[in-house]
Formats: sequence, structure tokens, C-alpha cells
Amino acid sequence: MSQKIRVVIAKPGLDGHDRGAKVIARALRDAGMEVIYTGLRQTPEQIVSAALQEDADVIGLSILSGAHMHICPRVVELLKEKGLDDVQVVVGGIIPDQDVPKLNALGIKGIFIPGTPMQEIVDFINGNARARV
Amino acid sequence: MKGVIHPVETARARWEREVLEPALAKAPERQGPFTTISGRAIDRLYTAADVAGVDSASDIGHPGEYPYVRGIHPTGYRGKLWTMRQFAGFGTPEETNQRYKDLIAAGGTGLSVAFDLPTLMGRDPDHPLCLGEVGKCGVNITSLADMERLFDGIPLADITTSMTINSPAPMIFAMYLVVAEKQGADWTKISGTIQNDILKEFIAQKEYIFPPRPSMRLITDIFAFCAREVPKWNTISVSGYHIREAGSTSLQELAFTLRDGLEYVRYGVDAGLDVDDFVPRISFFFNSHSDFFEEIAKYRAARKLWADAMRHRFGAKNPRSWQLRFHTQTAGVSLTAQQPYNNVVRTALQALAAVLGGTNSLHTNSLDEALALPTKETATIALRTQQIIAHESGVTNVVDPLGGSYFVETLTRDMEEGTLKYWETIDRMGGMVEAIELGYPQKEVAEASYQFQQAVERREKIIVGVNDFVQADEKPIEILYIDDTTADTQLARLADLRRTRDNDRVRRALDGLRQAARGRDNTMPPLLECVRAYATVGEMCDALREVWGEYEEVPVI
Repeated sequence: MSQKIRVVIAKPGLDGHDRGAKVIARALRDAGMEVIYTGLRQTPEQIVSAALQEDADVIGLSILSGAHMHICPRVVELLKEKGLDDVQVVVGGIIPDQDVPKLNALGIKGIFIPGTPMQEIVDFINGNARARV
Repeated sequence: MKGVIHPVETARARWEREVLEPALAKAPERQGPFTTISGRAIDRLYTAADVAGVDSASDIGHPGEYPYVRGIHPTGYRGKLWTMRQFAGFGTPEETNQRYKDLIAAGGTGLSVAFDLPTLMGRDPDHPLCLGEVGKCGVNITSLADMERLFDGIPLADITTSMTINSPAPMIFAMYLVVAEKQGADWTKISGTIQNDILKEFIAQKEYIFPPRPSMRLITDIFAFCAREVPKWNTISVSGYHIREAGSTSLQELAFTLRDGLEYVRYGVDAGLDVDDFVPRISFFFNSHSDFFEEIAKYRAARKLWADAMRHRFGAKNPRSWQLRFHTQTAGVSLTAQQPYNNVVRTALQALAAVLGGTNSLHTNSLDEALALPTKETATIALRTQQIIAHESGVTNVVDPLGGSYFVETLTRDMEEGTLKYWETIDRMGGMVEAIELGYPQKEVAEASYQFQQAVERREKIIVGVNDFVQADEKPIEILYIDDTTADTQLARLADLRRTRDNDRVRRALDGLRQAARGRDNTMPPLLECVRAYATVGEMCDALREVWGEYEEVPVI
């Protein structure tokens, strides 16, 4: 039997609007994944450290404040530093179209704007999370 | 069959037999479920039998008198239209100042300030957590100098300003007062609102700094200060908006918000204030979501519940204490990133519900707000939406046009009863502060939010353009893109300020603030001194963090 996919859901930055983060955390859990929700106002350092400690396969960042172009590159950079390049980073929130290619270039392929069906996110993670051995 | 049968029921039974049943046999109803967006079941038809227990004289009454179900003004909107108050703020104080001047020129009748996250969280732009956040979700205000730029050329004696600020409300309010003073405006004449509602931050929006109890003390300090010095200021805007946006039902929004209101009144009374000295300056802020009649019922029930509670629970004598005044904002969360022009229609319907519910002021969202902050063009369409309702639709000709509707009166009564049940539960916990400490409203909201999402996933609730009527080839629209120059500007200004101001005066003022916080003196006078000395929002909040610590929540999923 394969092991459960482990996902860290994080709210970086100063924003406290956590409806999306909580709903997705619960939906992923209901879809059979192991979900760790970090709570609010996590720095990129704290998020990557949580991913390391929790042996996460996926980090889901919920960002609505417009700070994504500062936070995402930093998270990706820190993951590389820790040798966690194979941890898949996905982002949900208010992400303008023009930032999507820039995030893609960082290796962030899962970008989910408001209105995305939960199932689409579940399917994406199932298809893209690093293989567990 | 023996016994008295209500004549309406008889007529209904006949109609069901002769008209309805044959019709259903030929053409069954749609699948349903026929429920509100909050999941409340709705019957096919409402008749006089449904409101048989409602006394139209005492339960509904007339506008302008207790229990105010039909509105707080005897003439409704025939006397004065609602205030069209568009929430706006982004980037530097100068950019937002220009947007305000544009809104006033377009016929807006009140200002409403959106602050950025660093300001809302009491952090200066050079704090590490502010990376990428300066000026993004609102305007950045670091010190009095920024507040002077924000209101440059806008006479505070002549306009009312609402400021959406909570934990740092006393600091920002102090800045506003000092700007007004410098303009020569009389504190006893100026009016406006600070949101200053910390309880809903713990429940929903999570922009808290200090723990609940010292946070409540800051609020009662403002009540006491304003009763003496700024008597026309609305000291708090008890907000359901954010509770609803976080995923609550309409009923939860109503029940928790009004219960928050009761908590503030209790704390004010416990701090030694007379109910009628501060309650008339308490105002409310509700959401207007997409379920049209449910929302209208919510506003009508809110007025009655508040009037009853103030009169009977707190013994308020002044009718102004009984009158619930409220601002409404259409539901940001209902806007879709897909087919964004549809949002104009959603917003218009939600705004109409607020008007039919008797709102005292209104913000209409812009069509692009699921994507970004609004552009000047979309913000103008949003304001025009209100003007069309006010001047073209005819709904403002009459007071409470839906009063007496079997359906609306039934929903109104159910909202009232449901709220009283929630209040009983919260009262048993010891009050709202205790309920929040137990995580009760947080859990209720998280559960409702998940249930709604599940209903959307199952397509029991249709969202046009999202889970039905989807369009594959959508063209992107032009949005407001806020770059990082604001952060650079504000960082340079902060460095400059720290170099040029009288730093000894700042230190003394911050010491005075700490001392008041440790003791029982009102915190407003030392805050005014801090502001006059150009202490920053971050410095003032840090001084209080040293005394009271910071709140950290245990997340509830």
C-alpha cells in the first residue's frame, strides 16, 4: 500500500484571511492526504522548516494580499538550500495573470485562483507530488 | 372534521387540491434543493398563516419607532438617501488622496479608508513580516506625516470618514484627530467611524495584535474618550461583514455580530460608563450576500434584536441607544475571477437587498475585485450602481417596501429566533470573549464554510461561470497592478522621519503610553502625544506589545 501524500498548508505574510487555507486543508484531508496546517503569519523560513520536519511532499501557500512575488521565490530558494527541490510548491489565492509565467519559471506549476474546484487541486497534487518510497 | 379551521388554511387547502396538485402531476418542480445560500429550507409558498403569530403593531410596528423593524427613519430614503461610501486605499498616501478626490468629484458622499496589512497589523514598513505587503491591500500609514498627506486638501470638518482599522484603531484615530486639529476643525463637530471591532478579528479576519482582554480595554478607553471629547464620532462599527466573508451563514453573521455588540456594551458598562452615554455611537457593518430575501430579513431582524436588547437587557432609556444604524458592503467573496463582468450584476442585486433592508450607508464592490484592487473605471461603475438604484429604480419612494410580505416577515422572525438561540449558547459560555477563547464561533464559521464549499463542489449551489455556464476562452481584463515603488517610498520616508523628528520627545511619549497601559489611565491622551511627536504606528503598537504581549490563536480547521 502506498503511503499518504503529506501536505503542509501555510499562510505566509501578514494576511489573516484563512477561509481558503482551511477549506483546502480539510478537502485534502478528506481526499486521503496527511495535512499539516501551519496557522497564520508564517515566514518563508518557518514554512520550509515545517516542510522539513513534517517530511512534506507538497507545500500549499495561500496568499491573497499581493505579496506572492516576494514570498514564493523565497520559499523556492530556501527549499533548494535545504536540498528539498523535489517538494512540490502550489499556490492558491489572488494571483494576477501576468505573474503566472514568472511563478511557472520558478517551478511552481500549480496556481489556483478563486473558483477553482477542490477536485482540480486534489487531482493536481495526486498527479504531481513527489513519489514516496 | 370538527374544530375551528383558520379561513386562510381552508383556502390554502382548497388551492393545493384544486390548483397545485394537478399542476405538479403535469409538471413536477425542479430538483432543488430549495434552500437559501445559508442552507435554510424555503417552502413553496408563504401565506397569512405563516405570520399568524406575528403582531403587526408590536412585532413590526412603524418606521422611526421601536422596535424599528421597518427602519430607524420615519421617512426612509424619502428624507435622506443612504451614504454612498466607497472603501478605497492603495499605495502611497498621495495616490489614495487622489482616488478620494476622484470619488468626491464623482458624487461619493463619504470617505472610507482601506489600510495596507502593515498598518492593520501595527508594523512599520521595515519589519521583516512586511516584505511585499506595503501599500498592496490598502494605503500605508506609518506616522502622522502620512495621515497629513492622505487628507491633504480634504476638509475633515465637512466630510465624514470611515476608517477600517481595528487593533491599531486608537493610534490611527489619534492621527485623524491631530490632522483635524491642524486643519482647524472642531473635535466636537467632526464625524466619522473607526471599525475598532476586535472581536470579529478573533472570530474571522484574524488581524489581531493583543490578547482579547487588553484589546477590549483599548475599546472602552475610546468609548470614554469620545463621549467627552468627540461626541459625534462613531466609536465602533461592529462587523458581521468579515464573519460572513469567512464563510458563516447569514444567521451566524447576524447572531455573532449582535452578540459582539452586546459584549462591547457590557464591557463599557463594567468600565463605569452609562449606557446612554456611549451606545448611541455604536454602529454596525453587515455583508450583503447573494440570497436576496434572506439578507433583507437579516437587516430587519437586526434592528429589532438590538432595540430589544438595549431596552430590556441593558435598560437604555434614550431611543438613540435602541436604534441600530448600519453600513453594508456587498459580498466580496461572491465575486468570481471567471467572467468578471457578471460581478456588476451580482453587486447590483446585493446592493438592492441592502437598500430594501434599510441600510444607512453602502459600499458596492467593483467587478475586478476577485483579481485585484479596483481600477478607477471599475470603482466608478460600482458607485454608479448605487446611483442607479437610488435615482432610477423607484425603490426609494417608499419606506420598507417589503414589510408585510408573508415570506419576508417569516424570514425576519426566524432570523430573530435563531439569533436568540445562538445568544443563549454564548451566554452560557460566559460571554463572547469566553466563547472566542473556547473557539466556538471560529468552529461554527469553519464548519459552515466547508459545508458551502461542498455544496458548490456537488453543484447543489450554482455559481455562474464557476461550476456552470463556464466559458473556455475568456479574455483577461485590465487590472490595477501595484508595484513595489510604494515600499521604497515609505521606507525612505520612515528613515528620514527617524532622523529628523525630536526623538527624545518620542521616547518620553512612548514611556507615557506604556505607563498608561500598565495602569488604568485612559490610553487616548498618551497616544495623542505619541502621534504629535511623530511616533510611528509600529512604535506605538510595540510599546503596548511590551506591556500586554501578542495573541496567538490555536487554528481550527
